[in-house]
Amino acid sequence: MKILGAIILFLCGSVLSAAAIELTDDLTPPQEIRYRALAEELRCLVCQNQSLADSDADLASDMRAVVRRMIKAGNSNDEIKQFMTERYGDFVLYRPPFNAATLLLWIFPFVVLVLGFFTVYGMARRRRIQLSAADKQRARALLDEVGEAQESQAPPPPL
Amino acid sequence: MLRFLPLAVFVVLVAFFLAGLELDSRLVPSPLLNKPAPAFHLSALDADTPPVDSEKLQGQVWLLNVWASWCVACRAEHAFIQRLAGEGAYIVGLNYKDENAAAKEWLQTWQNPYQQIAVDRSGEVGLDWGVYGVPETFVIDAAGVIRYKHVGPINEEDLQQTIRPLLVKLRAELDA
Repeated sequence: MKILGAIILFLCGSVLSAAAIELTDDLTPPQEIRYRALAEELRCLVCQNQSLADSDADLASDMRAVVRRMIKAGNSNDEIKQFMTERYGDFVLYRPPFNAATLLLWIFPFVVLVLGFFTVYGMARRRRIQLSAADKQRARALLDEVGEAQESQAPPPPL
Repeated sequence: MLRFLPLAVFVVLVAFFLAGLELDSRLVPSPLLNKPAPAFHLSALDADTPPVDSEKLQGQVWLLNVWASWCVACRAEHAFIQRLAGEGAYIVGLNYKDENAAAKEWLQTWQNPYQQIAVDRSGEVGLDWGVYGVPETFVIDAAGVIRYKHVGPINEEDLQQTIRPLLVKLRAELDA
């Protein structure tokens, strides 16, 4: 019961936190969809782990107003994002662009993947037992012995 | 050799985490640094003085201090702004999202360090300057380029180690 209560509380919390974005009546339905998508993709600078849509901060509401104004003025999504980046840097984008500063961020997972592959490959190779020529000969002799023993015990061929 | 790889990875990770502890995640690097300062034309707090025009500030080294009477941290840095003003720095105040009466009262209580005060009631100019946490302070050189941005209240260390040396350097650039 306690767990269920906690889950319900958690879900209520997430609904509440998503309610910062205001209802608008000045945008057409397609513009409204674009507005909501952009507000989700832009980050609030004050409460840094919330999007513009989630944040109740004064600055977030100002930034949302700018987004609405620019959509109404016919600016494209890219133009709006550029407007924000010029003022607040790449930080304002939840999806950082690929550039010199974010190079490590983007390629490091792949570097780790390749390194991991080589590590596992190396370990697997070292585990493979290396036999000297003498050992190989002994092994063959033993196998032959077993083979002969099996042949001598083999049941008589069917009639 | 490969045996020490996990240890090496661990050491590198620890180094990153230690460096991360020193970083303040609230400080967002400004894309406006070393770029021309966004122009503004705003009415002055005192109705008797002419409007504040950023173009007219070209040719001198100046500071833009974003403040408001509702901003508690602005009180904390006021003494340092006052000191900079006393040392001859040209400081323009950007009164951010404030009420004129409250702003005037604040200045009367705590003294006015500003040469000019621009009123940004809507926060529009603040947005152009990438302001996200009041107080903020910008240092603009004679060519109108932003050379430094400080987010949050200025303290003794910032004043002595960063702002004052920068002002000295910029004035030397101007004289040269």
